[in-house]
Amino acid sequence: MPSIPASSPGGGSGSQGSGVADGDWERVQAEFMKGIWKENPVFVQVLGMCPMLAVTNSAVNAMAMGAATFFVLVGSSFLVSLLRNFIPRQVRISTYIVIIATFVTVADFTLQALLPDIHRELGAFISLIVVNCLILGRQEAFASKNTVKHAVADAVGMAGGFAIALLCLGSVREILGSGSLFGVSLFGSGYEPWVIMILPPGGFIMLGLILLFFNWLKSRRAHWLQSLDKLGEGAR
Amino acid sequence: MAELVWIFFSALLINNFVLSYFLGLCPFFGVSGRLDTAFRLGLATLFVMVITVVCAWALNTFVLPYAPYLRLISFILVIASTVQFVEMFIKKVSPALFRALGIFLPLITTNCAILGLALFMTNREYGLLQGLVFALGAGAGFTLALVLMAGLRQETELSSVPSIVKGTAMNLLMAGILSLAFMGFAGLFSAGS
Repeated sequence: MPSIPASSPGGGSGSQGSGVADGDWERVQAEFMKGIWKENPVFVQVLGMCPMLAVTNSAVNAMAMGAATFFVLVGSSFLVSLLRNFIPRQVRISTYIVIIATFVTVADFTLQALLPDIHRELGAFISLIVVNCLILGRQEAFASKNTVKHAVADAVGMAGGFAIALLCLGSVREILGSGSLFGVSLFGSGYEPWVIMILPPGGFIMLGLILLFFNWLKSRRAHWLQSLDKLGEGAR
Repeated sequence: MAELVWIFFSALLINNFVLSYFLGLCPFFGVSGRLDTAFRLGLATLFVMVITVVCAWALNTFVLPYAPYLRLISFILVIASTVQFVEMFIKKVSPALFRALGIFLPLITTNCAILGLALFMTNREYGLLQGLVFALGAGAGFTLALVLMAGLRQETELSSVPSIVKGTAMNLLMAGILSLAFMGFAGLFSAGS
């Protein structure tokens, strides 16, 4: 299970009934923003790795996967938070899975009808959204405990963060691995593509490097804050 | 017969579930800290995969021709509940085996490798025998990848690495190199025939 976010400036779900409209809107924004950056499902929580590595060998595939996951996560968060008072505790996980699987089936058939080429390329990985731990994790940790408005804001943020991460990884791998972006050639014919980047090992290595970069940013920031503290003490 | 051998080795080495399809990455990174745990989880997964194939075959043959849109939902529910039944059965019949494998069983049922196996089997239209061979190959391949990764991680535990590399980033890089090594198996069959 992912770490349960405790960020709720409004003070939990109890205060919503009497909450001031401004404060409530701020909380919706906060729920949305945390998924995009501070608790990004991929770069910070490292959730949902299977689909991420498998389909990011080109930017187009990554975008299709991001859109499908977005639809499933937002739809199931909406339904789960709407029904949260009717679902018995003992069978909640099975209920969530049935709800998620329904949305995935819809997404699967829609993609098959509208974009058959991409559907063929993604293969079974669209169906495998069902077992993406990110989606079940959000239902259990957030949607089942919050109002519809906040659950949808949270789902949009998380799914948006996931889609952005997919797009980052897909673009970098496509640029390095085939010298193009969205199928448009970037470097001309003189470029020797790094074929390894569009093959499976490239997925592992690229995600490893991106996580490395985030760790480096984090340690730089900690270092910087520390030296700032020292400066402050020196001035006193 | 040749086809069955090909299915087995293809799932074991060439198209390894973890290293080339990225299925089952959560346990691959989560439970590969110690060698013996990794091996036991691998065996438990192999066991669940065999059950999965039988369930998926039965559903594909008797139910799904009449209601293809129920595929995902029925796969998940039927596999999860069958594993639950088998778990209870093992607990009753052999407590020793249950202690060795049992704790992993509920975790494995909602693993992408299991659902992936059922879906691949359906897409490739395997029969029961082909499916069973496929499950054995995929399960053995999963165990192999998990054990190799656990061995590597135990080695790196005592070596000194920069603090920002430690953790998931290093595990991913190691998995990348392991996957690179497995790509060498791609020529296994074309060279033989």
